[in-house]
Amino acid sequence: MRILDKRSKLSRRQLLQAGAATFVTVKVAASGVVIGDSWAAAPASLKPETFATLVQMSRDIYPHDRFGDPLYAKAVDGLDAAAESDAELLKLLEDGVVALDGAAQSAHGKAYNNVGWEIDRVKLLRDIQEDAFFQKVRGHLVSGLYNQKEVWALLGYEGESASKGGYIERGFADIDWLPERVQ
Amino acid sequence: MAAPFELNDSNVVVVIGSGAGGGTLGTELALKGIDTVILEAGGRHEIEEFENDEWGMFSEISWLDKRTTSGNWRVAKDFSGLPAWIVKAVGGSTIHWAGASLRFQDREFKVATDYGELPGANLLDWPITLAEMEPFYARAEDKMGVTRTNDIPGLPGNNNFQIMKAGADKVGYSKCHTGRMAINSKDRDGRGSCQQIGFCFQGCKSGAKWSTLYAEIPEGEETGKLEVRPNSQVLKIEHDKTGKVTAVLYADNDGKVQRQKARLVCIAGNSIESPRLLLNSASSMFPDGLANSSGQVGRNYMRHTTGSVYGVFDKPVNMYRGTTMAGIIQDEAGHDPSRGFAGGYELETLSLGVPFMAAFLDPGAWGREFSSAMDMYDHMAGMWIVGEDMPQEKNAITLHATEKDKYGMPIPNVHYDDHANDVAMRNHAFKQGAAVYDAVGATRTFPTPPYPSTHNLGTNRMSAKPKDGVVNKHGQAHDIRNLFISDGSQFTTGAAENPTLTIVALAIRQADFIKDQMSKGAL
Repeated sequence: MRILDKRSKLSRRQLLQAGAATFVTVKVAASGVVIGDSWAAAPASLKPETFATLVQMSRDIYPHDRFGDPLYAKAVDGLDAAAESDAELLKLLEDGVVALDGAAQSAHGKAYNNVGWEIDRVKLLRDIQEDAFFQKVRGHLVSGLYNQKEVWALLGYEGESASKGGYIERGFADIDWLPERVQ
Repeated sequence: MAAPFELNDSNVVVVIGSGAGGGTLGTELALKGIDTVILEAGGRHEIEEFENDEWGMFSEISWLDKRTTSGNWRVAKDFSGLPAWIVKAVGGSTIHWAGASLRFQDREFKVATDYGELPGANLLDWPITLAEMEPFYARAEDKMGVTRTNDIPGLPGNNNFQIMKAGADKVGYSKCHTGRMAINSKDRDGRGSCQQIGFCFQGCKSGAKWSTLYAEIPEGEETGKLEVRPNSQVLKIEHDKTGKVTAVLYADNDGKVQRQKARLVCIAGNSIESPRLLLNSASSMFPDGLANSSGQVGRNYMRHTTGSVYGVFDKPVNMYRGTTMAGIIQDEAGHDPSRGFAGGYELETLSLGVPFMAAFLDPGAWGREFSSAMDMYDHMAGMWIVGEDMPQEKNAITLHATEKDKYGMPIPNVHYDDHANDVAMRNHAFKQGAAVYDAVGATRTFPTPPYPSTHNLGTNRMSAKPKDGVVNKHGQAHDIRNLFISDGSQFTTGAAENPTLTIVALAIRQADFIKDQMSKGAL
């Protein structure tokens, strides 16, 4: 069966370089894993700290361990761009992050991005999941995250096919593990 | 006279909408020598403009004018501003349909008689029978090139279908095949064969799938008797003091209101716009809306029980490769009350790309439960439930009390409550669909709730008696003899089958009737 290579096309060096080019600080843990919770971009409308919190929040809403932070940051870029011409949206996001950090302070004595365990951050999100702020971010991510070609490649979806002749000769029926071949 | 026609030409038949109903009807009338103008609200996008891009095409050709929703259906909660996913473009929803072309079953034309008392269900027998429909179904299947008819071979089974077939065999289903699809399995009728592109819902780039855009309308236009005016959104239908319709008001490409005179008006705007237009055409003579002496205009809205089942397997499936819906299990389509509900359902293969899967797999869901499912995207198989939902009078298209569109016309509200029968049927279908995938070793299955409705039916229904419906057995309004309904809003009941073949068959039949009546001087 024709299977896709779903490994990220970016090397770790490229991921780090991308980070250095667009984000203020990048933390690298002892294990060598790039951690996104202190990333801050040079956004068009959001405060850098707000942007960074939204990146972490985005990963916590739709966690994919094989997705690098740039994919979540790109999703938040979309919200940042929309907020440039929408004062109500900008306020919703800024106030939302302030409130989220407040809740994190009350529960753990730290800002949201510094709450170390995912399970604790997710609990804070669950507390606000009916709120307009959470719904706005989550709703945006549905396309903001999942409509990226790099994400498709990581999930094994090939996207556009007509220019390649469709799948008639590229494995539309090549499943090879069923008990019997069927017509 | 030859196209293009003058606004003052009162001899033309005006068809509103260019989809399965309007596009077929307009072409058939033109082929019979009748001057016809199709007014299409959307733009004209030919095959070259189609793109294999889910959100891109969604934004380009979907009907996105504001609509509101109410009722206990999940669509009102998950997609409150998008009750229906249909097309606003020349070709209508035949641009993005999957191609499934099934005839109704004989008993499905007379379910009021068969199903007995179902409290809350406004059941009514159709004023026509399968025997009367058969010649028109045959003509439609030939016109559309439906596989497994007219010596057209069935399409080959893709990976998604092979999983369904393997599971169906194990579970004991015997009616599983690659469907009766209006998609060329070999070159036919000047169109090529299916390349298994996998973007059926985004417009068929090979032209293998039948659509009025490229398989009907050009043929009609070649006669010189058919004029298609895109970007022409009809606002109101006018009538004279005898109650005959006389003209149609529409907003043209520049937003300017134009009046096209008409000998006959045939409405095919799909089941939300068609009744909306009748209601918005209310006058002192027709205070409840045009052709609404029965009070049934807008009522009995049906959308099939729908819902989907997705199964995750430990090995890759790549279901996105190839046709989105060439696969069906028909074993549950009969009427078997021992299952706990009336009516039946079909199970049909379905695939979505990553972008749409994220939106529709489990609307509103988040966290690892959801993302772990998306991580298994290429190990997923999917199927869609098409079941007979119950017509209820309260499920209706009504005019919004305050909100208006950019032309100042009240927008529609779509109200739908699930009937207990619908819920029982859907739950049974979820269970059976999961059983099919479990039989092939699925490690996880999902019952996915209904999407914004792609099958919209019943809101100007056919009836034998004027008090029970809006149109007669020819789709002709009971109250106004030169007014017709030509889309799926004619459906008296929804049956368990995808509606397009029946809409096309009814349009062919209606064209015959109109020609006959015209030559007798009755229209």
